[in-house]
This record gives sequence, C-alpha cells and structure tokens, in this order.
Amino acid sequence: MYAFDYARPASLAEAIEAMKDEDAKALAGGQTLIPTLKQRLASPTTLVDLNGIAEIKGICLKDGMVAIGAGTRHAEVADSADVQRLIPALAHLAAHIGDPQVRNRGTLGGSLANNDPSACYPAAVLGLGATVHTSAGRAIAADDYFQGMFETALGEGELITSVDFPVPEKAAYMKFVQPASRFALTGVFVAKFLGAVRVAVTGASESGVFRWPEAEKALSANFSAGALDGVALGADGMIGDLHGTPEYRAHLAGVMARRAVTAAG
Amino acid sequence: MTKVSMTVNGKAVSGDVEGRTLLVQFLREGLGLTGTHVGCDTSQCGACVVHVNGESVKACTIFALGCEGAEVRTIEGMANADGSLGVIQAAFQEHHGLQCGFCTPGMVMSAADLLSRNQNPTERDVREWLEGNICRCTGYHNIVKSIMAAAATLRGEQVAAE
Repeated sequence: MYAFDYARPASLAEAIEAMKDEDAKALAGGQTLIPTLKQRLASPTTLVDLNGIAEIKGICLKDGMVAIGAGTRHAEVADSADVQRLIPALAHLAAHIGDPQVRNRGTLGGSLANNDPSACYPAAVLGLGATVHTSAGRAIAADDYFQGMFETALGEGELITSVDFPVPEKAAYMKFVQPASRFALTGVFVAKFLGAVRVAVTGASESGVFRWPEAEKALSANFSAGALDGVALGADGMIGDLHGTPEYRAHLAGVMARRAVTAAG
Repeated sequence: MTKVSMTVNGKAVSGDVEGRTLLVQFLREGLGLTGTHVGCDTSQCGACVVHVNGESVKACTIFALGCEGAEVRTIEGMANADGSLGVIQAAFQEHHGLQCGFCTPGMVMSAADLLSRNQNPTERDVREWLEGNICRCTGYHNIVKSIMAAAATLRGEQVAAE
C-alpha cells in the first residue's frame, strides 16, 4: 500500500468536508477497497473512514418502504426482522454475500459506490427500483444510478447516505456463485410489483448490472418460470473470462431467472 | 504516525501506527501477538480472523486506526484464565480439528462467533459459516466435528471423543 492520511469523521458533515480534497477516498466496509489499496491500484492522499458516522447506519420503515442507511453492514440487513418480513429476498441476498467476516464489515453503500459488475446488491437495487440518497441531497432512481462497470451517477466526493427499497408483492434473488471469489458468476433479481415485474442481472455484462426487458415483459404477462421459455439473452457484451464464456453467462442468466421466479413463488 | 488505542484480550493497549497499518500488523508486529496468522493477505483464507467488538472480521482487511477504542479479541484471548485450553480449542485438540495448525487460530475465532450467535448449529450451519476459512490439510471434516462438539459442550452435553 502507498501511504495515506487517515481521517475518521464522526458526522456526515465532517465527512463531506474531508471529501473535498480531490485525492481523498471514502472507506466504507473496506472489503474491496483495502485489497485494491494493497495492490496499489488506488493511491488516495487521505482515506476518509465512514465507519464512525452513526447517522448513515440503520434500518427503518419510511412511507411503506424499507430505508437502509449506507453504512449498514450486510450481516445487519440479513438479520433485520423488518427486512426479513417485508423483503425476504433482500435479507437472503445480504446473507449470501461473500462470507461471514465480509458480511460483518461490508456495507450497502460501499457495494453500490463501487458498483462491481459481479456484486449482488446492485441487482437488488435495480431489481426493486430503489432510490439512492446522497450527501449532495440528491435522490437518484436506480435506473439512473448504475452507469456501467464501476461507474455510477455519484459526483466527485458525493457519498451515499441511504437507500429506499420499495416493498414488492414477491421477489427472489438467485446467483451462481464463483466459488473462489464468492461473487456472482451470474445472478438475477426478480421482483413482482402490482402490474409490473422487474428483472435485474448482475455478473454477466461488461456494462455492469442491467435490466432485462424481454424477461420483464414475459413475466408481467405470466409470472411463471415457463413464461421465460423462448426468452434468451444474446452473448454480445457479456463478460468472458476463465470462469465462463459470454455464451455461458447469457445462458446462466436465463437459468437463474427461472430459479428466481420459482423461488419467489 | 498516529497513536491508536484499543482493548486487546481485555488489556488496554496503544501504539503508533501509519494510516495504512492493518490491524493484523498492529497485533503481530506492534503487540507481538503472533497467534493471528496471515495466510493469503487477500481476504480469502481467514487465518487472520479476530473479533472486533464481538464480531469476527478478517484482521488483514481492516485498518488499525479503524479499531480505535474497539474491543479486540485474538486467539491468545481464548484460553481459560488458568491457561488451560478454552472449550473450542480443547474440542479442536480432542477431535483432531487441526493438522499443520496454520488456519486454526482463524477457525477457532470464526467458530466462537458462530457459537455466540447460534448455540445449536447444524452441521450445515457450521460448514456454511466456515466459507471464509480455508484449510489445506484436514478436508474440514474434523474441524466441523470439533465445532459441533464444542457447541454441545457449551450447551452442557457430554460428548464422547472418537
């Protein structure tokens, strides 16, 4: 690691101030950032540790939605009685990110700010049509937030503060785990709302998480795994690496989508 | 250098660290607590698992300064007050839960976190919980057996060793 100064703001206001340094970087759970720093792929002058900011932590119900603070750890989302009751698919997703020690540190905001193309949370945020709130006072719709692999709508120094998740009629997330990294080799989040179905795919595209309109249309007409017969993703733009070809991932998305619809019931 | 203070195994400690000093470096090099191992240094293997404020974390993927004021527990804090092995450690010895022993500190610390949350885990619970702890010797079978036995002992049941 290159050397850096370490700031530990106690409030969001202090964190916003510290992030004004253009070479500062925010540290959430650190489960991706710290390995990145070790590889010297990032060289911030100051690391702004967000873990001491109480106001961006916690889970509450707001206007019929589940509002989760950006600093809330995966284990807390997984164990939350409110999340388990209202959006069990989200609790299940959080309970299967990485391993227990990663879930004890990793946060919702950190995952979304990083927007790894194989991360789980982006699939839930896009699949549920959640709203991302930021330190700049913006409320960004999920459809506008994800802008490509590791690219988001966040501006310079802008921090995620919380995410509002609408409560679906039913939903499920299914992923095929890449066993070494425990990221999704491909994962699909399916959510059925009154009159509409949303399907988000992670781990598959070189452009990061994306919605699958053909699957949404078929499932809106008939919410059953069979409705996806004949609906297939093309391999164009899919990730190809030693774990799987673009064709394999495109196929896997269909398999995971069917499993998710079946699991949602 | 910045001064960091925390409680490690019940003892107040402090030292001067850089921003980039990892908790595991502070424990091993700063405090001489070399029971916490560095296996992979890439957050994969779990040999460095310790508890921070009661929860298991990978000490190679958290900064020392991030633990300012925290309660840290390492494998050195797992023995009984008289120096004899704690319940989980004794179960690993009894059920051959280790061979080379490199992964063992992390296994024991992970197991302790599981058993603090779930007093009656199934074998499947144990295997899933150990997803972040890699062992290259045992094939995991006896590690799982050790943790199941430790859980039973902690519940006050008698366990026969094989």
